[in-house]
Amino acid sequence: MSVNPELVGREFSPVGPYLVGREKVREFARAVLATNPIYLDVAAARTAGHADVVAPPTFPVVIQELTLAQLLAEPDANIDFTRVVHGDQRFSFSRDIVAGDELMATLSVTSVKSLGGHSMVTSESVMTDARGDHVVTATSTLVVRGDE
Amino acid sequence: MTTGLTVGETVATTTVHLDRTSLVRYAGASGDFNPIHYREDIAQSVGLPGVLAHGMLTMGLAIQPVLEFLGTKGRVIDYGVRFTRPVLIDAIAGADVSTAVVVGAVMDDAVRFDLTVTYDGNTVLGKAQVQVVFD
Repeated sequence: MSVNPELVGREFSPVGPYLVGREKVREFARAVLATNPIYLDVAAARTAGHADVVAPPTFPVVIQELTLAQLLAEPDANIDFTRVVHGDQRFSFSRDIVAGDELMATLSVTSVKSLGGHSMVTSESVMTDARGDHVVTATSTLVVRGDE
Repeated sequence: MTTGLTVGETVATTTVHLDRTSLVRYAGASGDFNPIHYREDIAQSVGLPGVLAHGMLTMGLAIQPVLEFLGTKGRVIDYGVRFTRPVLIDAIAGADVSTAVVVGAVMDDAVRFDLTVTYDGNTVLGKAQVQVVFD
């Protein structure tokens, strides 16, 4: 069964506000083996001119996952979680995320394609801050592998 | 402002070792609990050769040498990759993932870094590019 092509254009209800926690940022930074102290150490981040620890560039995936969960749970989406692999990913930033930010994220599906029994679903998760300003757009393509 | 960088110049290379603990740590940190990243039986039941690293873990660690190179200068405005090959994490041996960072393009106040990320002699990310502005 392939992914429902009628998902294209669908926009989900906004997720959040997601409060970016300092310890969450540090936990994530350690998990991606960050070495630059602005991602780990408050004093180093402040010396570099940031309000608090900076979230590593792939941190928005944490919030993107919350929005993708809406897509995976969509009754008519027809996406089997265990058959999903990640095809591509992009983050486009207006500014860095720092601990203390409160972000809202809104997912929309931009493309559904079928190729060789697999389905490819591309979606954008647009994240804005408490002032409503754009922070980052996370774009991902999920590949849903067909039956062998 | 001039960045002092030349197209084609290699600015950093790193190799990191991943094991199953790395995957569990990343699962917790990211919230991605897809069992193909920690359950051999489930990975195999969906036709995969074994437990794979999260693509996002590979993407997340591949940019670290860029961030280390930048120090407190510059800001990442765009980072994109394609996941072209899985990184298999053997339960005992783990896996070594290597990254080379080359200057891909130099603009007025911006630089594009191109990443070559390899595991077991093969590249695992395609078109892995980081754009940085110096403002």
